[in-house]
Amino acid sequence: MAECHPVGFHWPMEAKRRGAKLIHIDPRFTRTSAVADIHVPIRAGSDIAFLGGLINYIISTDRYFPEYVVNYTNASKIVSEEFQDTEDLHGFFSGWNPDDGGYDVDSWQYEGFDVSPMPGGSGRFGAAGERKTERANERQDESLQDPRCVFQILKRHYSRYTPEMVDATCGIPEDQFLAVAKTLCDNSGRERTSAICYAVGWTQHSVGAQYIRAASIVQLLLGNIGRPGGGILALRGHASIQGSTDIPTLYNLLPGYMPMPKAGPHPDLPSYIDGNTAPTGWWSNLPKYFVSLLKAWYGVAANENNDYCYDYLPRLTGDHSHMSTVAEMADGKLKGYFVMGENPTVGSMHGALHRKGLRELDWLVVRDFAVTETADFWQDAPEIKRGEIRTQDIKTEVFFFPCAAHTEKEGSFTNTQRLLQWHHTAVQPPGDARSELHFMYHLGRRLKRLYADSADPKDRAIRDLTWDYPTEGEHDEPGAEAVLAEISGYTMTDGEALGGFLELADDGTTACGCWIYSGSYKDRVNQAARRKAGREQTWVAPEWGWAWPANRRILYNRASADPAGRPWSERKKLVWWNDDRGVWEGLDQVDFVAGRPPSYRPGAKAQGVDALSGIDPFIMQGDGKGWLYAPNGLLDGPLPTHYEPQESVVANPLYKQQCNPARMEWKRRDNPFHKAHDDPRFPFVVTTYRLTEHHTAGAMSRWVAWLAELQPEMFCEVSPELARERGLSNGGWATITTARGEIEARVLVTERLRSLRLKGRTVHQIGLPYHWGSKGLSTGDTVNELIGFVGDPNVSIQESKALTADIVAGRRSRGRRVVTSGDLVARIEEDATERDLPGARGSADASHGHKNGEATEGRTHS
Amino acid sequence: MGMRDMVRSATGWPVLKQLKHKDLFALGETAYSTRTKELAPRIRQADGVTKSVCPYCAVGCGQLVYTIGDKITDIEGDPDSPISEGRLCPKGAATFGLVTGSHRLHNVLYRAPHGTEWKTIPLEEAMDMIAARVKSVRDSTWEAATEDGTPLNRTMGIAHLGGATLDNEENYLIKKLFTALGAIQIENQARI
Repeated sequence: MAECHPVGFHWPMEAKRRGAKLIHIDPRFTRTSAVADIHVPIRAGSDIAFLGGLINYIISTDRYFPEYVVNYTNASKIVSEEFQDTEDLHGFFSGWNPDDGGYDVDSWQYEGFDVSPMPGGSGRFGAAGERKTERANERQDESLQDPRCVFQILKRHYSRYTPEMVDATCGIPEDQFLAVAKTLCDNSGRERTSAICYAVGWTQHSVGAQYIRAASIVQLLLGNIGRPGGGILALRGHASIQGSTDIPTLYNLLPGYMPMPKAGPHPDLPSYIDGNTAPTGWWSNLPKYFVSLLKAWYGVAANENNDYCYDYLPRLTGDHSHMSTVAEMADGKLKGYFVMGENPTVGSMHGALHRKGLRELDWLVVRDFAVTETADFWQDAPEIKRGEIRTQDIKTEVFFFPCAAHTEKEGSFTNTQRLLQWHHTAVQPPGDARSELHFMYHLGRRLKRLYADSADPKDRAIRDLTWDYPTEGEHDEPGAEAVLAEISGYTMTDGEALGGFLELADDGTTACGCWIYSGSYKDRVNQAARRKAGREQTWVAPEWGWAWPANRRILYNRASADPAGRPWSERKKLVWWNDDRGVWEGLDQVDFVAGRPPSYRPGAKAQGVDALSGIDPFIMQGDGKGWLYAPNGLLDGPLPTHYEPQESVVANPLYKQQCNPARMEWKRRDNPFHKAHDDPRFPFVVTTYRLTEHHTAGAMSRWVAWLAELQPEMFCEVSPELARERGLSNGGWATITTARGEIEARVLVTERLRSLRLKGRTVHQIGLPYHWGSKGLSTGDTVNELIGFVGDPNVSIQESKALTADIVAGRRSRGRRVVTSGDLVARIEEDATERDLPGARGSADASHGHKNGEATEGRTHS
Repeated sequence: MGMRDMVRSATGWPVLKQLKHKDLFALGETAYSTRTKELAPRIRQADGVTKSVCPYCAVGCGQLVYTIGDKITDIEGDPDSPISEGRLCPKGAATFGLVTGSHRLHNVLYRAPHGTEWKTIPLEEAMDMIAARVKSVRDSTWEAATEDGTPLNRTMGIAHLGGATLDNEENYLIKKLFTALGAIQIENQARI
């Protein structure tokens, strides 16, 4: 955190000054470790074993928060008797279907009632319909003793995640693990809370979503969610990466976390609404949010008789995520590609496969400050320098557009705590540089003109699209505030700004571009531009910017009060029930039904938000509880389970099944994998990370003189033991190789990266900062060339934080080699059963996890 | 050097100045030269200051953008921000270099199919070319329905990858326009 979010880190330091303990768990020793009370080096890719160890410790030593766990989590719920755990099935849960490589989630359900996950989050892609909640039939045991209650299942699932197992799996000595566990528990409860901060070191894994689930189980058991000083905080790496998830440029989502329609299950509006609307909980409001979105997009054209233009929406037929798109690009299936403010040949995995994809395009549009490695792929790339590809043979037409900086345009960023902050225009952009708002608006105007006279039904979506934003200035810059006003919502009758999502309706009378942002333009005031100085407010600072939803600063903060509505302690008070006034009040906006008393209990037939009781703080869930166990919504299991990365140095110490069986894996000749474990060609663990002085793929830092001077060159970090073993010298060169690519780097021999002991065996880890490429003021080889296409099944994120590699002293002999030009290492006969139990991944085709490319086998691409 | 000059020189001798001002360690007034006294921060001359937000990571530190006319002269942390309280990290503090550096290009560049170099083209022409290409790919790759008649209403010919450093309003128009065009492979750094 001190490295990548330095200013955010001043708050943990402030807490430390007041007596808080700081624990840092990371394979490398960083500026954070330097000031932490405890630094725990860990084997990259083993964190679920560590977190599972904490869960086991909390339960087996009775350190959980009983009132919180019984009332606010699903610990007491009874689970179907058909459920079987990974303990019973060697690393599989019940419901595994080897033929389509995924789980049937029926056996994971609560007994007596099915509960809906987030909209769009049920089962594998294409699974018909969503589950419906019938709370009337729910069964629970508040003594937590029933062997089929969630708490007992949890206890059994993690019973083998002992300190000894953590030692053997993570390389963390028992006494150090116990010191962490004790410190965390000592600092949780009524009087104290603990926060867990993470970044992509936890998400970029083939079991990434479950890392976060594991942390949420720890925090729910300790009562650390929805309370000041608690939580699980994603430290995101870009100014508005939270915003680009909320208002998603993501294939599977519409604004406000509503799913994109799927071709099979959602042919029309009623089936979409029926399939995605939860019967109970806050998501029962989805029809209001969805119809209001269609009204915002299609205006007067959208009405009750034409399903509010639902038919204009394109449909999904599978995973269309980034890696799938690039693989299809490499197979020649795409024609045009827009890349805006991104540099994927450096920032995404397997740069060579990306470039192969770009070579197959008809045209590419890149928007950035300067010509990036992605924009220049046709003349500045390893395969071109080596003469394997000739520039004049590349057919792709490439456009580079200079972009406006944030100081040259206005708009809002959403920071990592869901806070919208407006930045104003200071100066005009230089020359032909323009904002993306300008680019999209004027591209849209041109397309509307081109399709103006079309009678083709397919073109109605463009012709009816609302696109009347006012423009100003010599460049006809569209008004960003007008766009924010549409996002925030307005009434159809008189265009009045809406105060929030409580005012949205499903009858076409309201328009709203993103329901969770509704109210950000309340009273026609740009709420994101509010800047009352922090020192003039409470510590919550509710008048600085605007947080979604409804300016609530801590989500699920009903949980900061006890079941009776009183703060758990004076020290940790945030919101509370005022019985005299019959409302919730406090320092923050309450994230709950405003006038619902703690004593409220729904009737047996209650539906929608009415079905949430006065002690159901987790209002987005169908049952209002924090899910220790996820009966629905995840593709790879209801409980986080330790699986080894796709490429590991060890066999899975806990289960016979080595890897996440539901992982996504692209089987292509140009995407080869190493052996599942103990590959003699690739004996070391690699992990990647960022540096304080550079920014992700470098387009905003490698060209900046001050930053380039601070970190001028690519390097790798190795321990003194590994340096001795491989003859690496500090300041010298090393070449790092995987089956996908090879890079060279200066060597930094340092004890900051420790070699770990696993069951008496030494495991060496190589640390690689990934910012570099061939362009800019500070150059170096690109780390992501080493990384293959393999990913998490829930969110399609790549596994780039734990893999295996080889390292040798010296520079690579000549131009860098890449696998798209031919095999880098001799192929060895792989035993598929080392990664998956025999028969576990039956017929590979057409399942969610297997992605076969045209270049699967038998064909080489050069 | 005459006597008068020698005396003047001697009284200007730092030690004497330190004794005279009772500043034996030269940590006070005597450490200042006339030039030092006349130094002022760059922001003193600014005729405009604009409230902004750091464009790098997601902490969201407040920035103050100082300008003289239409030139940015400095970017500093905003002490009003309850998030950052005036602080900026090395990247945030280098924002001035990011937005004013000579690396920034001012023209649209075009590389023709099989071409070996970039050439500059006018913005309006480039925009027209992109619009024409989008329409052409969309029309030629349109998928109205599956073989069994299930509606698809889409093109798989156009994809997008967007940076997470863009504004919410920009992302909104990206999603809105591309979805209306029927493109579904719309992705972001947020996936990665």
